Amino acid sequence: MQIVSKDYKYGFVTQIETEEFPKGLNEEVIRKISAIKAEPEFVTEFRLKAYRYWLTLKEPDWADVHYPPIDFQDLRYYSAPKKKTDGPKSLNEVDQGILETFNKLGIPLSEQKRLTGVAVDAVFDSVSVATTHQEELGKHGVIFCSFSEALHKYPELVKKYLGTVVPYKDNFYAALNSAVFSDGSFVYIPKGVKCPLDLSTYFRINAAETGQFERTLIIADEGSSVNYLEGCTAPMRDENQLHAAIVELIALDGAEIKYSTVQNWYGGDKDGKGGIYNFVTKRGLCAGDHSKISWTQVETGSAITWKYPSVILKGDFSRGEFYSVALTNHKMQADTGTKMIHIGKKTTSKIVSKGISLDQSSNCYRGQVKILPSAIGARNHSRCDSMLVGPEARANTYPYIEVKNSTAMVEHEASTSRISADQILYLKSRGLDEEGAVSLLLNGFCKEVFKELPLEFSVEAVRLLEMKLEGSIG
Amino acid sequence: MLSVQNLRAGVEGKTILKGLNLEVKAGEIHAIMGPNGSGKSTLSKIIVGHPDYQVESGDVVFEVNRKKKNLLEMSVDERARNGVFLGFQYPVEVPGVNNAEFLRASFNAICRDQGVEEMDAMDFDVYLRQKLEFLDMDERFLNRQLNVDFSGGEKKRNEILQMAVLSPRLTILDEIDSGLDIDALKLVSEGVNKLHNKDNAIVLITHYQRLLKHIEPDVVHVLHDGVIVKSGDKSLALEIETRGYDWLLA
Repeated sequence: MQIVSKDYKYGFVTQIETEEFPKGLNEEVIRKISAIKAEPEFVTEFRLKAYRYWLTLKEPDWADVHYPPIDFQDLRYYSAPKKKTDGPKSLNEVDQGILETFNKLGIPLSEQKRLTGVAVDAVFDSVSVATTHQEELGKHGVIFCSFSEALHKYPELVKKYLGTVVPYKDNFYAALNSAVFSDGSFVYIPKGVKCPLDLSTYFRINAAETGQFERTLIIADEGSSVNYLEGCTAPMRDENQLHAAIVELIALDGAEIKYSTVQNWYGGDKDGKGGIYNFVTKRGLCAGDHSKISWTQVETGSAITWKYPSVILKGDFSRGEFYSVALTNHKMQADTGTKMIHIGKKTTSKIVSKGISLDQSSNCYRGQVKILPSAIGARNHSRCDSMLVGPEARANTYPYIEVKNSTAMVEHEASTSRISADQILYLKSRGLDEEGAVSLLLNGFCKEVFKELPLEFSVEAVRLLEMKLEGSIG
Repeated sequence: MLSVQNLRAGVEGKTILKGLNLEVKAGEIHAIMGPNGSGKSTLSKIIVGHPDYQVESGDVVFEVNRKKKNLLEMSVDERARNGVFLGFQYPVEVPGVNNAEFLRASFNAICRDQGVEEMDAMDFDVYLRQKLEFLDMDERFLNRQLNVDFSGGEKKRNEILQMAVLSPRLTILDEIDSGLDIDALKLVSEGVNKLHNKDNAIVLITHYQRLLKHIEPDVVHVLHDGVIVKSGDKSLALEIETRGYDWLLA
């Protein structure tokens, strides 16, 4: 077996003048972040409460990942392209270097070249640099803007929902994010509106020694629906970088949110040097009856992933879904999965997780299904499959199932298989080339997840996985 | 069609084939027999291009439509696309890959290579069902994962189905009879006989004569210590059945 992986083509650095804070974290830094964004008072208070709580916490160590302690005082908590702290008013104000960066990443922001049918919010380090298609969305009453802008324009909406799904007391990284969050996207879909475009946020970490702490809040009002896509990349650097985001989704009566991620943060080199620490809290609340939240993720990057997109099924007849493909290579470590908390009557959830471990990486599924006494007739079905490539890769599955209602039905299936050189040889001996053989194996293994991916994403996401696999099977 | 000339080859630094010569013409069925360790499987692995096996010297020339090609210079998949097919002694289980989808991907890979139009899913389904019917096989074969949880007999029959779908010029069947009960052996043999015609050639690699009762070879070779020590017609196989190998190896 030959262990060589394709290069990470997003690993470039954009040279740009930035405004950044010195390293370190204290109340003054937090007040400065809040001041530079001219935030309403309640946000500053929220941050400080979170910070004070964070100081009392210890980093979690229960995940199946290993890394040296992080010195939180040795990080920078704010970095933004110069003079764009408010977010530019039009694309003309966006720095040329940044526009080129996004072009290079395949996310053109200029009017002429925009992706058809998708509105994009582009976040560069700590700030949103541009949000496209505002006008068209506005016609339908859809709000899609940067989080900072939402704090100014829609403070009441933000205040009503901020921290209601992921309270700052939720966990160590949620508290940290709540204290220092920089930018992210804000979405509000009014009653009965089917969002006419897919919404998308592209996160780019550029600056060195800077953490990215974005915060995304999506509210789908009664009977509305939205498709949201998220992509992310970062330069190749020898140092590890911290990314600790929070995503909160709220679906009211009959609303549907479909949230898809292709995560391709830099994962470090083959010796495990560098890469992003991706410590993310994503959670959706099916607040209303008959609401639905669906997470689809393709995780291919990050040195360490600690991420469990979850759904709280509060409304009766609400539904939560989690579809995941997580691929680890080199010495990457992933501990990822989901939580489905059934509260409402006749709530249903479905979990499909596919882990692929290559080289010396470790890939762990951790999932919780909790059926509370009130969840009469709740149902869950979970399927977790692991695929190992090569003798040194690791995979683990940790399902936690807690059922407190005898009318509930919970099913869990799991499997582990190994791709061997023999399988590749067998497929090749029938005329398939390396690419064809790998594609057949990958598409076979991940079929149930791939069919959930939005069209705009699926070709690129599948190709990304194929490339990483091809490099490792030989 | 196949010309193996003075082939020396082996695995893990050990020479196993020591100057082997073999000529196979279109329309012929050859049987290569020999005791364990004589080099039968090594020959099949060299012809298919298994990366663990090394050629030290000699040539393997494959001729189709009067064009000669040096097989040793081609990758495993190129050989397959040019019409070489190996029926594996131990067909590999490939979890997650649907049997019918695999067959279509392989078939179309060969079409692309040969400049023939590919088949869409609907047309291929019709084509595939014809092959199943031809081989008296159940359509349940199609929607299973490739060889996963197949019985020994089912795996071998699936190899024959692949052979039927891909229509190779040269088929090497490595111990296709191993692990089969008499009914399965009959089914597999019938399939091979139906697929044999004047334009293709089949090389049977087998330890036992019993396979040759069902598939009648034109030529029988006895392999020993990496060379062919005797060739003859089908009566040679019968002689081996009664006398064993020892008299040939002395």
